[in-house]
Amino acid sequence: MSTRTVEMALSTPGLDAQGNPTLVPLGLGPERPVREGRYDEDFGAEHLLVNIGPQHPATHGVLRLVLELEGETVKRCIPHVGYLHTGFEKLGEYRQYNQLIPLTDRTDYLAPMANNVGVAMAAEKLMGIEITERCRVLRVIACEMSRIISHLVWLGTTGIDLGAYTPFLWSFQERERIYNLQESWTGARLTPSVTRVGGMMADIPDGWEAGLREFCQTFPDTLKEIDTIFTRNAIWIGRTQGVGVLTREEAINYSLSGPMLRASGCDYDVRKDRPYLGYEEYDFDVPVGEHGDIYDRYLVRMEEMRQSNRILEQALDKLRPGPINVSDPRVILPPKSRAMSDMEAMIYHFKQVMEGIKPPAGEAYLGIENPKGELGYYLVSDGTAKPVRWRIRPPAFINLASLPKMCEGSLLSDVIAINASVDIVMGEVDR
Amino acid sequence: MVSPAAVAPAGPAEGLRRQFPSGVERVTESCGDTIVYLTRESAHEALAWLRDAPGQEFDYLTDVTAVEYRDPELPLEVVYQLRSLSRRVDLRVKIALDPSGPLEVRSVWDLWHGADWLEREAYDMFGIVFRGHPDLRRILMWETYAEGYPLRKDFPLRGHFSRAEQTRQALAANPEAHYSMEELSIAEAYAELPRDMQERLARGERGVVK
Amino acid sequence: MGLVNPATANTRDESGPGSSSVVSIESENFITTRLDFLANWARANSLWPMPFGTACCAIEYMATAASRFDIARFGMERQSFSPRQADVLICAGRVPFKLAPVIRRIWDQMPQPKWCISMGACASTGNVFDNYTIVQGIDTLMPVDVYVPGCPPRPEGLIYGIQLLQKKIAGESITDSQIREEKPVGPDGLYLPARKIDELSEPFGNSVHQTRSSW
Repeated sequence: MSTRTVEMALSTPGLDAQGNPTLVPLGLGPERPVREGRYDEDFGAEHLLVNIGPQHPATHGVLRLVLELEGETVKRCIPHVGYLHTGFEKLGEYRQYNQLIPLTDRTDYLAPMANNVGVAMAAEKLMGIEITERCRVLRVIACEMSRIISHLVWLGTTGIDLGAYTPFLWSFQERERIYNLQESWTGARLTPSVTRVGGMMADIPDGWEAGLREFCQTFPDTLKEIDTIFTRNAIWIGRTQGVGVLTREEAINYSLSGPMLRASGCDYDVRKDRPYLGYEEYDFDVPVGEHGDIYDRYLVRMEEMRQSNRILEQALDKLRPGPINVSDPRVILPPKSRAMSDMEAMIYHFKQVMEGIKPPAGEAYLGIENPKGELGYYLVSDGTAKPVRWRIRPPAFINLASLPKMCEGSLLSDVIAINASVDIVMGEVDR
Repeated sequence: MVSPAAVAPAGPAEGLRRQFPSGVERVTESCGDTIVYLTRESAHEALAWLRDAPGQEFDYLTDVTAVEYRDPELPLEVVYQLRSLSRRVDLRVKIALDPSGPLEVRSVWDLWHGADWLEREAYDMFGIVFRGHPDLRRILMWETYAEGYPLRKDFPLRGHFSRAEQTRQALAANPEAHYSMEELSIAEAYAELPRDMQERLARGERGVVK
Repeated sequence: MGLVNPATANTRDESGPGSSSVVSIESENFITTRLDFLANWARANSLWPMPFGTACCAIEYMATAASRFDIARFGMERQSFSPRQADVLICAGRVPFKLAPVIRRIWDQMPQPKWCISMGACASTGNVFDNYTIVQGIDTLMPVDVYVPGCPPRPEGLIYGIQLLQKKIAGESITDSQIREEKPVGPDGLYLPARKIDELSEPFGNSVHQTRSSW
């Protein structure tokens, strides 16, 4: 058999007349001619369809992103959600009002106590119930603890996404301290179900206040350590400043809320604009950014954690002994001794246990400042024990809808950083 | 909808009622929130007026959802929760639809881009078609989900199909359930699909209403 | 031999379609038991998990992997997010039907030897979410070795489950030809027979009454 030598002509000789290497234009820069139609013979010209997820370590849950890439630049980003759709709203129509509370632990599982507070407050608004003073302060404590643990998860996982692995361990160690407090209060680390309509599931045990005070004293030191690592770090700044920018008008038009909205310059915070649980009596600041990029969101969330710490200390000072549940027999079981001896109390007990709480027919929407944004609960009642409609206004879902807008024109690795900065929790996005 | 409170005389909806006397069906109140019922035809114009008119400035769309009541006599309502950030006022706007008739309203995406996914979810869960929405596809269920619209009251909690059938349909994993036409146009992926799938997609068998 | 998966018992007596048969040595002897000990010891103490974390259990899984509870001391140092390089699929969280083909595909992509830990009540049975959208236990989709109950299970609980899996692995033998057999989705599109899936997903106890929508 014969061998055949095939000579292939190189498109360039490699060196020009002076002996310098010639640079081959790859056709990616602005000098590239604009052409229509298929051109797969031209390297680098065809757009690439890249699928990220739904199983992917950097998508913060089961989020699927389909990217159209031109080289490394993202032309379009199409998120797909619904991979964790649990049917909470449908399930809520088959549950009594107090049974909605454990369900809310599982929507935003990074800040479960805040969700519990939200749904209990929405039901109380529907029924026109005023909770006791001690309950109000404890609910503020629950909300702010949730804010801290949610932002700590965000901090740790965003650090991992951008390449910093150690602060994840530090932030999770701090979370363990809050978990200890949550566990000693409610019995569960992650799914506390701490509120009930009209009150709380239980009062805080002895020594709990001292434990929280100790946390509040040492937590700022950890934040300072993490701050040292990130805030003036050249890599962090290079990857986050100017990336994922949303202007103030865009942020409002996209219905963003929470740190996403405030980093873009709009100072809407439900705690200040529509105060609940006595937040107007607490002395705290709301950080507002100006550039709307990832760096501003980072600064806003770091500062929010410090402010939450401040609120926690004030709340602990405000805490006074007193009843934890409102003494309304429509919602709270009467004391057992009375239920055994007094006929009326026994009937109330019986009706509550057998039928559940029955709000009057009507509807109520209540929004609270969740760590992710404005978490709203819209409850519609027809007078029966189970709601006609339980709508969760999901801040993470609405914040995530702005991801395509933020990713257009950015690089592939920026998509991961922008996705991390939205601070999503798929349980709430998909419900 | 039975509402316990009387009509609020000079609330946030007063200007709206003067501007659209025929569009506003009624104004009620529940638990301190003002609720305005608009007709389907006037809704988009009224919402645009609410967003832009000085003195109204409802620039923030908090939520778009729908409510179906257990009583079949009551209408299916599309609910818009609006907020004016500068005036710190909330307003709830509803459009009452006949549950047996066509469930169609005009999309408010052109007014508030935040309505994008919220309206897709209302379509997915209730089957309400939002005319003018740029990309009305199912969002929480997969696009070729065949069991129906989950949050309707005639949809049972566990779904219509048996568990085995649901598992089988889920594992079937047709690509058209997972890639939209817009995505398949990228990198000419559509051209690489098998012919029968191309024909199915071309016929529009994707659970999408055009 | 060892622990039997009730979901697959009596349904896979004959080799299903597409199952690969391993060269089987007929009986155990001294050599095989020594090899078993060595192989099982190596496998059990260097399980690389594929954390299929979906919901709240994923957060408890992350807490277990963090410094306080630390599963790295059990050999799970490297969280392998690529299924091709993983040994054990830890399904942490609820699996809706939309995600079912994804987890099945991840399971199929994992090479043998592979095990599955179903972490949490949602992955084991569907938990409180007995509705149109949640898979009532991932054992309707794939073979599960260890179920860890809890909502979410405490990190100690997950570690106990991992230790149970290590004990199970220690009891394996190369003379058992069925143990490393791939169990693919059948031609009817299901992993288990349809009536078995319906039986496993049936509501029981209080769940029977939970579909009453108003009093």
